[in-house]
Amino acid sequence: MASTPTSQNPQKTNRIGLTVLEYKGGKTTLCAGCGHNAISERIIDAMYEMGIKPEQVIKPSGIGCSSKSPAYFMSRSHSFNGVHGRMPSLATGAVLANHKLIALGVSGDGDTASIGIGQFVHLMRRNLPILYIIEDNGVYGLTKGQFSATADIGSKLKTGVVNDLPAIDTCSLAIMLGATFVGRSFSGDKKQLLTMLKAAIAHKGTVMLDVISPCVTFNDHEGSTKSYKFMKDHDEPITDVNFVPAFEEIEADYEPGEVLDVTMHDGSRLKLRKLEDDYDPTNKAVALKRLAESKERDEILTGVFYVDTKAPNFIEMLNLTEAPLAILPESVVRPGREVLEKCMEELR
Amino acid sequence: MAIGETAVQDLAKESGQKRIVNDLSIQVATVNGSGSQSANTVLLRTIFQMGVPVSGKNLFPSNIAGLPTWYTIRANKNGYIARKKEIDFLIAMNPETAREDVLALAPGSAVLYDEPLNLNTLRQDLTFYPVLYDKLVASVTTDAKLRKLIKNMIYVGVAGQVLGLEVPEIEKAIGKQFAAKKKAAELNINAARVGYEYAASSLTKADPYYVQRMDANRGKIIIDGNSAAALGAMFGGVTVVTWYPITPSSSLCETLIDYLKEYRIGPDGKATFAVVQAEDELAAVGMVIGAGWAGARAMTATSGPGISLMAEFTGLAYYVEVPAVIWDIQRVGPSTGLPTRTSQGDILSNAYLSHGDTKHLLLIPASVSECFDFAIEAFELAERFQTPVFVMSDLDLGMNNWMSDPFEYPEKPISRGKVLSAEDVERLGGFSRYKDVDGDGIGYRTLPGTDHPQAAYFARGSGHNEKGQYSERPDDFERNMARIRKKFETAKQAVPKPVVEDAGNKVGILAYGTTHWAIVESRDQLREEYGVETDYLRVRAFPFTEEIEDFIRRHEVVFVVEQNRDAQMLNLLKIEFPAELSLKLRSIAHIHGLPIDARSVTDEIVGRLEVKPAPAGKAKAAGRAQEQR
Repeated sequence: MASTPTSQNPQKTNRIGLTVLEYKGGKTTLCAGCGHNAISERIIDAMYEMGIKPEQVIKPSGIGCSSKSPAYFMSRSHSFNGVHGRMPSLATGAVLANHKLIALGVSGDGDTASIGIGQFVHLMRRNLPILYIIEDNGVYGLTKGQFSATADIGSKLKTGVVNDLPAIDTCSLAIMLGATFVGRSFSGDKKQLLTMLKAAIAHKGTVMLDVISPCVTFNDHEGSTKSYKFMKDHDEPITDVNFVPAFEEIEADYEPGEVLDVTMHDGSRLKLRKLEDDYDPTNKAVALKRLAESKERDEILTGVFYVDTKAPNFIEMLNLTEAPLAILPESVVRPGREVLEKCMEELR
Repeated sequence: MAIGETAVQDLAKESGQKRIVNDLSIQVATVNGSGSQSANTVLLRTIFQMGVPVSGKNLFPSNIAGLPTWYTIRANKNGYIARKKEIDFLIAMNPETAREDVLALAPGSAVLYDEPLNLNTLRQDLTFYPVLYDKLVASVTTDAKLRKLIKNMIYVGVAGQVLGLEVPEIEKAIGKQFAAKKKAAELNINAARVGYEYAASSLTKADPYYVQRMDANRGKIIIDGNSAAALGAMFGGVTVVTWYPITPSSSLCETLIDYLKEYRIGPDGKATFAVVQAEDELAAVGMVIGAGWAGARAMTATSGPGISLMAEFTGLAYYVEVPAVIWDIQRVGPSTGLPTRTSQGDILSNAYLSHGDTKHLLLIPASVSECFDFAIEAFELAERFQTPVFVMSDLDLGMNNWMSDPFEYPEKPISRGKVLSAEDVERLGGFSRYKDVDGDGIGYRTLPGTDHPQAAYFARGSGHNEKGQYSERPDDFERNMARIRKKFETAKQAVPKPVVEDAGNKVGILAYGTTHWAIVESRDQLREEYGVETDYLRVRAFPFTEEIEDFIRRHEVVFVVEQNRDAQMLNLLKIEFPAELSLKLRSIAHIHGLPIDARSVTDEIVGRLEVKPAPAGKAKAAGRAQEQR
C-alpha cells in the first residue's frame, strides 16, 4: 500500500471528479498503530468528501512525528516541514502571500505547547484562516518518549517517571486568545474527527483542533492519560457534531433548542447537538469554565467547544486585495515614476 | 526684513583673523526628550538650503528622556560628510555635560551657552557666547509646556546670526519642519527671530566660522537610510513586511508602512501588501520565509539581537531555498551592547549565519541611494537565487540624515526568478525541485496553488534528494550541498561589483558601508598632508567578486578599514581568498560607537607606513612609502 488507507471506495469520485486515491500521500514511516496515521486518513477523507482540490491546500508543519505526517497524505499539495515550534509563522507568511489557499497546519504537543507556545498563542490572537491540528500524544516520540507540556499531572512514563507539572490545555488557551473554532477529538473516533475536520475546512478563521493521538511506542501503557484505553474510558463528548456541506441537501432537523445550528462562511451548516443542557459553544466563558471543570472530573472533553463565525479574520483585518499577493503583477506592486518624483520633491 | 539688516558686530573681521568659511562642525549638546531634534533638523536644513554640503549625526542614548544627547552637524565645502572628531562650534544646552564638553574642545572653538552656567570661566582660549534663555523665552511664550521647546529654536536663531545663516532659509526650514502645524511654525519662527535679534544686538562675533551660500546642493534631497530603504522596498514590489521593533531598524518598517498606505492601496481601496508586527524576530523571519515560499516578495528589518534569533530560520531558508530579504541595521554588540550606536559588527556572523555549512548573500550599502537601489536588488537576488539576502546597513546610515542626488527609478523590470507555471509543468511532464537543470545551481520551483497535479513538492529542512523527497543517502546530501554552493559561485556574477579607484599605487584601502565617507576624506588627507597616494576599493557585496581578489593582488599592502573590534571583513577575506593574499592585508578596526572619522584612519595609516608630513607642495610619490610591519 503506497498510501495511508481510508474508508472510501477507490473507484468513486467526489464532486470535483477526483477519486480518493488522488488525495493519497507517501507511505507512512510512523509506527504501526500510531494515532497520527488515523488522523492522516481522516484528513484525506475530509478533503475528499468536501471536494477540495489538493492543489489549493498547503501543509505547513513543525518538527516531530506529527510534523512528518503531511508527507503521508495529499502529495498533490505543497508542504513545508520547517523548524521546531515555528509552523505558525511559516503558515502565517504563506497565507498572507496567498489567502486563497487552504492552510492545514500540522503540529504536535511538544512542537506546540513547549518550544512553539509563543508562536501558537500569537497565531490564535490573529484569527488567521488556518486549520491548526495538534496531534497530541503527551510525549516526544522522535527523541524516545520524554514528557511534553500536555502530559497530565500524575501521568506515568514507561520508565515509571511521573509527571508533576500541570498540563497546558491548548483548547482553553486557544479560546481565550481568539481562535474562532476550537475543539478536541480522538484519533480513534472516526466519525467525530471526520465531521469536525469537514466543518473546520469550511471555517474561515483560526480552527484549533487538539486531537488526542496515542503514541503506541512510548505512551500507550497503564498509567498514561493519553493511551487508547484511557481515552476510551474517559472520552466525554460535550457536543454531538454534525455537519452538512453547502453542496448537500439538508436532511431532517433536530428538535429546536436541542441543536445549535451554525452557518459557516461557505454556507454549509455545523449542527451541534448539546449533550449537556447548559452548554453553549458560542459562549467563551461557558466553554472555559466547562474545560476547567473537566480537569477536576478526570474527563477528557471532546467535540466542538467554541465557534464564532462572525469575528473578522486576519485577511479581512489587513484589508488584503482579492488576488493573492504572490501573483500581483508589476503594474500593481511597483508605483509609477511620478510617485518617485513626488517622493523626491518632498525630500528636497 | 528688519532683522536681516542688523548684523552681529564682527570682531574677527576687524581684527583681521582668518575667516573659515563652509568648513565647520557644530555640536548641540542636550538631553534626550527635550525636543531639540526639530531645532537641529532646522539648522541642518538651513545649511543644506544655502547650498553647502552638510551632514547631521544624532548621538543619542538608549533612553526616552533625560540622558545626554549630542547632535553633530558638519558643513564642508569639499563635500566631506563623515563625522569630524573636532568640534568647532558647541551649543551647550545640557548642564550635566557642559563642563566636560567645554574642556574637551580644541583652542579657538566657540561655545554658545546658557549664561547662568558660567562656562566662560572654564577656559581662556575659546570664544564664548552667553545667552539668557529664560529671559528670551519669556518674550516668546508664557506657556510653561512650550518653554523647553522654544529654548531650542532660540539657539537656532542665535547660532544662525553668529554663523551667518540666512534668515529666510531658517524660516523656510522651520516651515518645512512644522508643515502640518501652522501655529507651531509661527511660534518657532518667532523664537528663532528672537534669538537672531538678540545675537545681533548683544553678541560680538569673535570666532572664525562662517556659513556662506554655495551652489553644491542643487536638486539634492535629504533622507535617512531607513526611509531610503523603505522607498526602495516599495518600488521593489514588496508585498509582505514583517517586523519586531528594535532600534535602529524600527523606523525602516514604520516609514515603509506610511509609504505603502499612501501609494499601494488599489483602486478598490484594498491593500496590495500585508504588514505584520510579529511577536518576536523568530516569527518575523518565519513569516518572511513562509511568504517567500508561497511567492510573495517578503522582507523584515532588524538589528544584531534579532539576527541572532533569526539564525535557525536563516539556515532553513538557505537549505530549503526560499527567497527572503533581511535588513540588518547594525548596532554595537555583543549582547544588548550599545543599542543606539553604530557598528559594522555583524558582517562575519551574517555571512555564515546558522549551523552547518551555510553562506549568504550580503549587500552592503554605503549611501542612502544605495539603500534605495539595494532594497530593490535584494528582492531580485533573493528570488533569482532562492535564498536569503541580508542588506547590511548600520545605525549611522539608517537613522541619520544624508544628502543625496534624487533616486533613480528602477529601469529593470521585476523578475521573479525560476518559477514554473502550471503550463510549464504540463509541458515538462513534471519537475524536480532541486535539480540543476541549467548548470548554474539554481533549481526551478513552483508556488503553492499552482494548478497542476504534478506541481507540488515537499519543502523540508531535513535531508532531501533532487525531487525534495526525504533522503539520508550520502550521495544525495553531497550532491545537493555542492549544488547549493554552486549557486553561490553563480551569484558572484550577479551581485553588485565593488567600486574601485585604482591608479596603480602600491598602497590600497579596502572598506565598505558607511566607513566609505571617512575613507574619501582620509585619502585626500594622505595625499595633501603626506604625499601618500592610495587606491581604493569599496566592497558592496558578499560573495566576493574577482575584482576584489585582483585588487589585493595588485597592491603591496591593503588596509582594511572597518567599524568592529575583530577585523571581521579582513577575516572574511582571509577565509574566502587564497592564503598568500591575506599576507597583504592590514587591519584598521575601530569600534567605540561613534561613526569612524577620517583623521583616525589617516593617523593610523601614516603610522603604519612610517611616513612624515610632506612639505607643502612637495608631496612624495605615494608608492615609495615603505610600510612598517
